[in-house]
Amino acid sequence: MIRFTKVSKQYTTGTDAALEDVSFHIGRAEFAFLTGHSGAGKTTLLKLMYAAERPTSGDVRVSGFATATLGRDEVPRLRRRLGIVFQDFRLLEDRTAAENVAFALEVTGARADVIPARVARVLDQVGLAMKADAFPRELSGGEQQRVAIARALVNEPPVLLADEPTGNLDERATRGVFQLLCDINAAGTVVVMATHDLDLVRHAGKRTLEMRDGRMVFDSADDATESW
Amino acid sequence: MNLVTREALLSFHRTRTLSVLSVTTIAFALFVTGLFGLVALNLRSALRQVAERVQVVAFVKRETPSQQISAAMSDIAVFPEVLDVQYVSETQALERAQRELTEFQEVYKGLEVNPLPPSIELTLKPAFRDGKHAAVVAERLHGFEFVDEVKYGQDWVQRLDSLRDIAGLIGLAIGFAFALVSIVIIGVTIRMTVLQRAREIEIMRLVGATDWFIRGPFLLEGAIKGLLGGAVAVILCAAVFGAFRAQRMGLGVGLRFFGVGEALVLLVFGVLLGFGGSLVSVGRHLRRV
Repeated sequence: MIRFTKVSKQYTTGTDAALEDVSFHIGRAEFAFLTGHSGAGKTTLLKLMYAAERPTSGDVRVSGFATATLGRDEVPRLRRRLGIVFQDFRLLEDRTAAENVAFALEVTGARADVIPARVARVLDQVGLAMKADAFPRELSGGEQQRVAIARALVNEPPVLLADEPTGNLDERATRGVFQLLCDINAAGTVVVMATHDLDLVRHAGKRTLEMRDGRMVFDSADDATESW
Repeated sequence: MNLVTREALLSFHRTRTLSVLSVTTIAFALFVTGLFGLVALNLRSALRQVAERVQVVAFVKRETPSQQISAAMSDIAVFPEVLDVQYVSETQALERAQRELTEFQEVYKGLEVNPLPPSIELTLKPAFRDGKHAAVVAERLHGFEFVDEVKYGQDWVQRLDSLRDIAGLIGLAIGFAFALVSIVIIGVTIRMTVLQRAREIEIMRLVGATDWFIRGPFLLEGAIKGLLGGAVAVILCAAVFGAFRAQRMGLGVGLRFFGVGEALVLLVFGVLLGFGGSLVSVGRHLRRV
């Protein structure tokens, strides 16, 4: 589903590389944590996956797309096969939860008559059926992140990328959102979650990829021994 | 309602203050351009009125047989430059001189012999009322053997030509400058709208919207703003024109306002500016995100 082969990324010539010689593979229905300190390269890695950045060298394959050579016109096609969730939710403040989710369907040209049912179903899946008409400001952080996840899921993507999705949440909301991501994964969706919440990683028992200074220093799939 | 229309109207509603500001900016930019257009239009029509007086007069030798003159007049009437041909007999010339040149009335009264020769007067078609064409026609008239002398007020026709050239050149330069300033101002206004909705654009891209899909609502919104701005500009121009004419009754008589076609040009200019400005602004933004 996701394969990085000797990937390096340098934002500006003459500066340190954001990623250096990174290779790994995440298969079907896997759940993988991406860990490391701030600036370790987690976000760059995710950006390469959804083609917001291109690698300086190496090959990136996501959901059948070679993102290093993807034309600008093809990026939307890749993004429709991905769900993306961020720490700051990125919801449109002037639209309700249902409208935020529906937006993702509308912009991809879904038929108007199927949208309400699909939105209702996915909001139900994330446990927010009762808050469909609430605006983001009327929702808690955890609920806003659930709306963002619902929006990411509504196109039924085979891969869900989450960049610090629990970074702004309290412990209870974090557990709730994480459980939701586990449920989504259990239904067959690949989930890649960047986080620096080591407690969460330690107790989850999922595959872990650790980044440090742009290099991948640990992959639990290669080494059963925990590095911490 | 399709999604592009809905999003464009929603954006108007959601960013009311900025939308009103955009329409106002477009309206004032087009208003200034429109006012200049009005001045240019009226200047042109004033020059056209002056040019109506461009006339070529061929003085005819006395005792030329009238059949010969009639035949020549038929030939002259089909010159491509000629709108109208009139024969003015010696008597008619004298009557006219007595009527029009009042200061010489006494001199003409005491005459025993009419000193004024008969003539053929030519009015030229509007497109040919300039020195160059008048000279060509005069040259051709010299070819008739009964023609003694040809006059067309060479000096003032040439002065009119240069006035027309200068007015045209200045008009073009100032008009171009106004249009350019409008484009820049409107471009900046639209850029503000795009920046204000940068988050929405980013989210659209993340969920897989194509660039053309993202552009759609902005282009429609820009075109609507341009249309509204253009309409307000036409109304403002009409108000200023009305006020000017009311204040200067005497001077304002010959003035004219935009016709339907010219008002439509201003509206279309507004729509194109709004549409084009949005196309450029969104395009530049999309290339960066």
